[in-house]
Amino acid sequence: MKLSFRRKAVNAVMLALTGVCTVLAVGMLFFILGYLFVEGGFSLNWNFFTKLPVPVGEVGGGMANAVIGSAKVLLLATCLGVPVGFLAGIYLAEYAGGAFANTIRFVTDLLNGVPSIVIGIFVYTVLVAKEGFSTYSGGVALGIMMIPIALRSTEEFLKTVPVPLREGAMALGATKSRTIATVVVPAAIRGLISGMMLNLARVSGETAPLLFTAFGNQFWSPGWKQPTATLPVMIFNYAIAPYPDWHRQAYAAGFVLLTFVLMINIAARSIVASGFAHKTR
Amino acid sequence: MSSTRANDAPKETGEAAKPAVPDPGLKLRSTNLNFFYSSFQALHGISLDVNTHRVTAFIGPSGCGKSTFLRTLNRMNETIKGSRVEGEILLDNENILGMEVSHLRRRVGMVFQRPNPFPKSIFDNIAYGPRINGMGRRGEMAERVERSLRRAALWDEVKDKLHKSAFDLSGGQQQRLCIARALAVDPEVLLLDEPCSALDPIATAKIEELLFHLKDNCTVVIVTHNMQQAARIADYTGFFLMGKLMEFDTAEVIFKNPKVKATEDYITGRFG
Repeated sequence: MKLSFRRKAVNAVMLALTGVCTVLAVGMLFFILGYLFVEGGFSLNWNFFTKLPVPVGEVGGGMANAVIGSAKVLLLATCLGVPVGFLAGIYLAEYAGGAFANTIRFVTDLLNGVPSIVIGIFVYTVLVAKEGFSTYSGGVALGIMMIPIALRSTEEFLKTVPVPLREGAMALGATKSRTIATVVVPAAIRGLISGMMLNLARVSGETAPLLFTAFGNQFWSPGWKQPTATLPVMIFNYAIAPYPDWHRQAYAAGFVLLTFVLMINIAARSIVASGFAHKTR
Repeated sequence: MSSTRANDAPKETGEAAKPAVPDPGLKLRSTNLNFFYSSFQALHGISLDVNTHRVTAFIGPSGCGKSTFLRTLNRMNETIKGSRVEGEILLDNENILGMEVSHLRRRVGMVFQRPNPFPKSIFDNIAYGPRINGMGRRGEMAERVERSLRRAALWDEVKDKLHKSAFDLSGGQQQRLCIARALAVDPEVLLLDEPCSALDPIATAKIEELLFHLKDNCTVVIVTHNMQQAARIADYTGFFLMGKLMEFDTAEVIFKNPKVKATEDYITGRFG
């Protein structure tokens, strides 16, 4: 039977519409990527990773302190957010039930929806107001931001582990906690790791919470108790400054941050793609 | 099988008649077992004896409770919220409902409908049970793994790839791997819940052959949809219908000369 002209026309129009929207979505990403790649790539040099920022008027310098500062803040955030989220996620997926589980889920989603600047102000009130700006308060702020996603992604990945696998372990005499530790988590481990990596990638660009906590610093920040420069805050400060040289530095920082996020994404994907077979061969 | 002896278990079980069969030694005795999924009663007063070193099969239409009954024998149903058991199941004269559950499951192993190998190597799959149960020293684990794989008639097919993923095996091999995994902890009873329903006829034949040999050192209880399978491998057969044990007797009686009308209707294909 031949399709009517009307049906063919509707089909063609809808197909074109979805195609155009796809191009729009992907094009936006490629535009941003390309722009940063060109602007940032040209501004980036080795000094960026080795030199401190220089005062206005002087040309050159780098953001070595911000690279290290970001690394420290993210390390602390991971050490806080991942274990808390992971263990709470295990509890939610495997032990909590009924109304209580729904409450945890609801509260977690709420926390995930809290604007990041509010978390920054919260940490400011609790830690910074008494102790001053510091690297560790920045780590705490980003760590709090990591918890809800770490928790929910752990829950989701554990739930994908089939019931027969759990029953197989329990039928051999494994207790529930033993089953979780030796079968459920290992079965979901690639998903869990990639989830945590994407979580880290997501908070690595957060700026607002760091404005209130890690603050910023033009110099090295030894230890954890002093304010530190971080890449996102550096981008913010340098991009709104009126000096073309600073703009170039901001582009370079954006480029570095983006490359970092991109690498995490690629790594997370390849972890998911590498099957179990790969691991044992 | 000449001498017969009337069973001395309580008989207030509705239509379920106790078989008068030769008894090579009692392994499991279920008495007046009721099982509930929340308010739905899935099992009604099941009483039967499972004899040592014999294959006991449960047949019946879908939803008749045969799998539910099998899963009460190692208390796997406990994991379902709102479930409840009444009655008594004795394993070597000890009530399993009062046992430490992981200890019970070590003694009463289970193989499931679909092969469920762990995402580990073949070796680690087999070694899993002995490891969590603290059985065997490190040095003898390889020996234990080999013995289990031999008992499951899988050794020759996998001996060169013990450290490859269990997922590389075919479905039939995976199911025999699961049997080997269950055997590795030296269970006294092996429960099989439709172990061949996901397998082709050749793989099925291998597993049936294997079960036939297993009963030399293990008591086998199997649920099956396949009546020919039950007739081929079972020494005793129980017919379940609507959560009741309609008839339980030697396989020969059940398949050649059933005493209950419903059993006859079922095995001659008039329903189910």
